[in-house]
Amino acid sequence: MTTFDTLGLRNRRSIPLAAVPVEPVSRFRDTVAQAVRDRWRLVALFGSPDAGGQTLILAVLAQDERGQLGAVSTLVEARYPALTPDCPEAHLFEREIAEQCEVTPEGHPWLKPVRRHPADHGRPGAIPTQIDRERYPFFQFTGDEVHEVAVGPVHAGIIEPGHFRFQAHGEEVLFLEIMLGYQHRGVERLLETRSWPDAVLVAESIAGDTVIGHASAACGAIEALARSRKTPRAQTVRGIALELERLANHIGDLGAIAGDIAYQPAASYFGRMRGECLNLLMTLSGNRYGRGLIRPGGALFDIPPAMAVEMRSRLEALAAELEPVGHLMLKNASVQARLEGVGVVPHQTCLDLGLVGVAARACEVPRDVRHDHPYGLFRFAHIPVATAWAGDVLARTLVRWLEVQRSLEFLIDQVGALPRGAVQVDCGALRSSELVVSLEEGWRGEIAHVVITDETGRVRRHKVVDPSFHNWSAVAAAMPGNQISDFPLCNKSFNLSYAGHDL
Amino acid sequence: MLDFLRTRWAQGTRTSPFPDGPSEFPERFRGRPVLDPAKCEGGCQQCREHMPTDALVVGPDGRAALDLGACLFSPEEASRCGSGAIAYSRDHRLAAWERQDLVTATSEAPAVRALEAETRRLFGRSLRLRSVAAGSCNGCEAELVALGNVVFDMARFGVQFVSSPRHADGLVLTGAVSRNMREAVYRTYEAIPEPRLVIAVGACAINGGPFRGSPEVDNGVPADLQVDLWIPGCPPHPLTVLDGLLRLLGQMPAKAGS
Repeated sequence: MTTFDTLGLRNRRSIPLAAVPVEPVSRFRDTVAQAVRDRWRLVALFGSPDAGGQTLILAVLAQDERGQLGAVSTLVEARYPALTPDCPEAHLFEREIAEQCEVTPEGHPWLKPVRRHPADHGRPGAIPTQIDRERYPFFQFTGDEVHEVAVGPVHAGIIEPGHFRFQAHGEEVLFLEIMLGYQHRGVERLLETRSWPDAVLVAESIAGDTVIGHASAACGAIEALARSRKTPRAQTVRGIALELERLANHIGDLGAIAGDIAYQPAASYFGRMRGECLNLLMTLSGNRYGRGLIRPGGALFDIPPAMAVEMRSRLEALAAELEPVGHLMLKNASVQARLEGVGVVPHQTCLDLGLVGVAARACEVPRDVRHDHPYGLFRFAHIPVATAWAGDVLARTLVRWLEVQRSLEFLIDQVGALPRGAVQVDCGALRSSELVVSLEEGWRGEIAHVVITDETGRVRRHKVVDPSFHNWSAVAAAMPGNQISDFPLCNKSFNLSYAGHDL
Repeated sequence: MLDFLRTRWAQGTRTSPFPDGPSEFPERFRGRPVLDPAKCEGGCQQCREHMPTDALVVGPDGRAALDLGACLFSPEEASRCGSGAIAYSRDHRLAAWERQDLVTATSEAPAVRALEAETRRLFGRSLRLRSVAAGSCNGCEAELVALGNVVFDMARFGVQFVSSPRHADGLVLTGAVSRNMREAVYRTYEAIPEPRLVIAVGACAINGGPFRGSPEVDNGVPADLQVDLWIPGCPPHPLTVLDGLLRLLGQMPAKAGS
């Protein structure tokens, strides 16, 4: 049985980097592969340039059932034997390492660019890996009447850019390959070069619909490195903001799913109610997406008693309006029939790919950071984990609906019971040469920020893993056997972030 | 069917009274920032160094001004001014016709001149736009999508987003223009038949936003595309976008408040 107990790594508890074992490559591979067989899961796997000219590869793992975190590392030169053949959930991480660190994971079965750009963390003198279409052949089917459909990067709507390449036989999709990277803005590098607290403005822009989630995860890491303790009131304000964000996005997604199947009433009503959640965030923070609220040491804005009363009554009004619309849509037989059996992700595929969030919970994999690795408010106030079993569009819709109801109940309770105290404390300087893993259950799923400081207490590496990074593979896996025309619906049921993946 | 009608009745009509009725924003809403030079004590050069963005600019005459295009509307951009000379108003009107109109030392909102008579005849009552996100965080796009919901209902003014650039009269650009999207931006622009408008939405499209200076982005809309409307914000409130569009189309007075 794999155990990393001696490390003392917990969500938002930083440890000396020197405590993380540096194993020879073969033992590193065995440790990670064995851990994954023992029901651990890769939270992050990334490279960081080492002083000696080598690359430090660090794996962060989580055992959700026991609420444990582990880390192991290795030092590599220009190449190392890939983990992916033994551990499929490492596949995108290793492609990212190849791109960012110019290290080749040998034996990787699908070594294509992730963001198709010159390496982020290239060494001086190294040849940058430029975009090279010749070296990026799409997987192709051949045969009579097999055809290829290319979509994107500019889509038919107001959508982020991405390229989708379908291999189809008539209407039936045989294979889907997704090429992303169009939104690549160099976020990790910016987080490493801008100093705190101003770097939070970059963290707020990792994914514009997950401002609270990413800012909280980034600030959680910085606070842990500074040994700063937030007040209970600050934790509650952050918890409220996080659930408001979840509410806004889940309600928006329910409306968007209704829109994609041409069920107009629910599309209109949910669309409007999503706006009401954003307006609640605006009342709290001055911005519809909660920008400006989350800062190291707590929150910039408090919820005064009068605002708490107002928020509570608006939330209760929202609950009363939501309930009939949810039932109108989800009890409708033709809606159920349209959503059922589309875009199925089997339970085992979910485990193999290391999916997180709504997508995982819809496959009866009850992963939820708020429950498994609780932090802040969620150590004291619990939200039941919502799951469904079928892994299809209907299951993902139902999980969202359950989470909407539970978050609403939670919010109504919390705004009525704010603890006393300040809402922000000074954060202080960061400890040197430490490692911290900060996990947050954003509305899409697990957000991970892994931060390593150097000897002077500056950020040396800031690794961001958006839930979309884990889950885009699921969209590709869910499509074969479905009709091309079901792709928008299927895609919407995941509603993954391009910006969060592309960084 | 009864449930359906009952729900419809309960939901009522929710469309915003904009532009005829009042637009209400909560107390903490960060609209157009205003600079009060009378309060500035030590000269703004000092404060500029503490600013997280380039929102505070100092002209050659030593006078301070605010660049709405560079502003991320963060609380810090006001609080870092040591003498409290910068404050956010609740005015949502931010759009400008010229880039330099976004740089303002007065407390007035920038002006949007309406399109020339001929272009206005073409687009004034029916404008079709093609959105391209290029190196954004998806915040601005989310607000553009919100323009289509029942509250803002942009289509009631004859403005719509369309799927194909061939059907469009203009390009709405969001994002700092990542290297990977540079080509797609130009190709979409070229696919739009002339005369065509270019509308830059959000801090990223105007000057790179929080990603300004990253080697992966171009700091916003390419210099060789002539922009007809600049809409600041991070992201701009849907009414900020709507206000700019309607003034451009001549459906509202050019000058805010007049």
